[in-house]
Amino acid sequence: MNIDKRLVRKDSLEKLFDILKQNSKKIFAPSTKNGKISFRDAEKFSGIVTGYVQTSQSSKEVAFPRTEKIFDYSKSKDGMSVKGIDLKDIPEVILWGVRPCDATGIGELSSVFNWDYKDEIYNNRLSKITVFGFSCNNSDEYCFCTSVGGNPGNTEGSDILFTQTGENSDYLAEIITEKGLAIVSLAPDLFEITNNIEKNKFLAKVPVRFNHEEIKEKLDKFFESKEWIEQSLRCIGCGACAYVCPTCACFDIQDEAHGRKGSRVRCWDSCGFSHFTLHTSGHNPRDVQSQRWRQRIMHKFSYMPERLSVYGCTGCGRCSRACPVDMNILEHLISIQEVTV
Amino acid sequence: MVDLIKRAKELIESSAVKVVIGYENGTGNRTRALFVEKTEDADKLIFDSRCIQNLAAYVTKREVKDKGKMAIAATLPVMRSIIQLASEFQVNDNNLLVLGITPESKLIEFENLVEVETFVHQYQIEIDARNKEMLDRLDNMTKAERWKFWIDELAPCFKCYACRAACPMCYCHRCTVDFNQPQWIPVPSHELGNLEWHIMRAIHLTGRCIDCDACYNACPLYIPINLLTKKMMLDAREHFGGYQPALKGEHLMSTYKPDDKENFIQ
Repeated sequence: MNIDKRLVRKDSLEKLFDILKQNSKKIFAPSTKNGKISFRDAEKFSGIVTGYVQTSQSSKEVAFPRTEKIFDYSKSKDGMSVKGIDLKDIPEVILWGVRPCDATGIGELSSVFNWDYKDEIYNNRLSKITVFGFSCNNSDEYCFCTSVGGNPGNTEGSDILFTQTGENSDYLAEIITEKGLAIVSLAPDLFEITNNIEKNKFLAKVPVRFNHEEIKEKLDKFFESKEWIEQSLRCIGCGACAYVCPTCACFDIQDEAHGRKGSRVRCWDSCGFSHFTLHTSGHNPRDVQSQRWRQRIMHKFSYMPERLSVYGCTGCGRCSRACPVDMNILEHLISIQEVTV
Repeated sequence: MVDLIKRAKELIESSAVKVVIGYENGTGNRTRALFVEKTEDADKLIFDSRCIQNLAAYVTKREVKDKGKMAIAATLPVMRSIIQLASEFQVNDNNLLVLGITPESKLIEFENLVEVETFVHQYQIEIDARNKEMLDRLDNMTKAERWKFWIDELAPCFKCYACRAACPMCYCHRCTVDFNQPQWIPVPSHELGNLEWHIMRAIHLTGRCIDCDACYNACPLYIPINLLTKKMMLDAREHFGGYQPALKGEHLMSTYKPDDKENFIQ
């Protein structure tokens, strides 16, 4: 559908929030706790923070929870019975305040969860999420969306994208999808007809730092490079980068057993962990951290574009911000680009 | 740190060590670990008040250890960690040389770990005022309030294990949480899984933790898990006598003595 552009007054955002609440919508929006901004169930409009460059955690968790039950089972004399989760219990959610790099990330997650097997639970959750994107007026040195095909006002992945037109000013609302249109129909008066607003001048300036196609080509010949060893020597092998990432989709399957019954659960996992690839035999094909770091970069910048036609990185910079030992993905990608193979 | 750069160059040039572990400027206003293997890289070494990562976490990292003899730029918490690690037979004089950095930011080189131990024992492990206040607050809570405090604080934990990875004392190749046959700790990061993980972590560190705050500094979600280990340190002090890491340490929590006041083991 064509993107419809409307004006939403600054004061109308709260009215919109209240109308959505009156319509029993669950709203997940960024709020602050312990100095960290994350998406939480928002009861009041006043608790929503603005002006952040990026939330500590991505909005991924709403579509792909860190821990999620897949089915319950029980064993008896008559055999085994399995009961899947009731998809009807998955709530309709509005994700409010999503940066364009996170909104794009949802598309990348979807390509993984629909690669061969169509993941029913994931797709159901996704179908019930309406994404309110908010363009970036600010950025920081960890941001690099423009190097991976995005931009601070990218509409991709959002159902409605709001762009604030100057400090303390009104918003340009771009209605991108049918889901977005359904929101507008709940509060049509708040979405005013407007002349064509030039949104670019209000967006953060994020310089292009590398060429992702060049990186992809480079990586094809880079597998045995010593660069991986040098880059990863200070990596301590935790999963912080993967868990704050909007596109990391790896999970582990666990059975939580209680006697003769239990649940099968999927939990986030990370290729940074040494046991991620440990075989039952004791053999570990990714035995050292440099192999695991290489996997992280190769997966995002080589394997995903090859197999799924998407990059596994949206340039949000969260992994670099969250890393306790300053593994800065942008710095490492630039050095990969510069190294002669 | 001109002295440190000079000494690092000498050590590499003379092949006295294969690698010097120190700090360099990172991205933003951060500092990060630097591994000097060539003399020219020594010029990147820095030291200032931002250098708080506990570098002792690297001396048990296989990829670093395998390089050969290491030297490490060590602040007081790093030196304490090294003494504790030595008492657990993880490092010794043959594989590690300590380039101490005194609390006054002066370089001090030690012949051996016995000298490091003597130096470290001049200083008590003190809990800073802000954390002391938090611990007092927790002590004054009712059991129910304290339970709620920890359930709330631990709720966002997604088990990235940055706390474990950043801790010099968490060097086990296979952590208890990674065992699945039998499984001791639930893997999912739900309420019970998080609670059990953090309790287990605190207990395994009791009598070993040297209170460097590396776990808290590494946490991408700022969960104050260091309060758990601090409290355990104070409790261990109160019930088992003073604690300082020592080369011939008694391993406070894992040594049984016939005159221990608890008699359940007899």
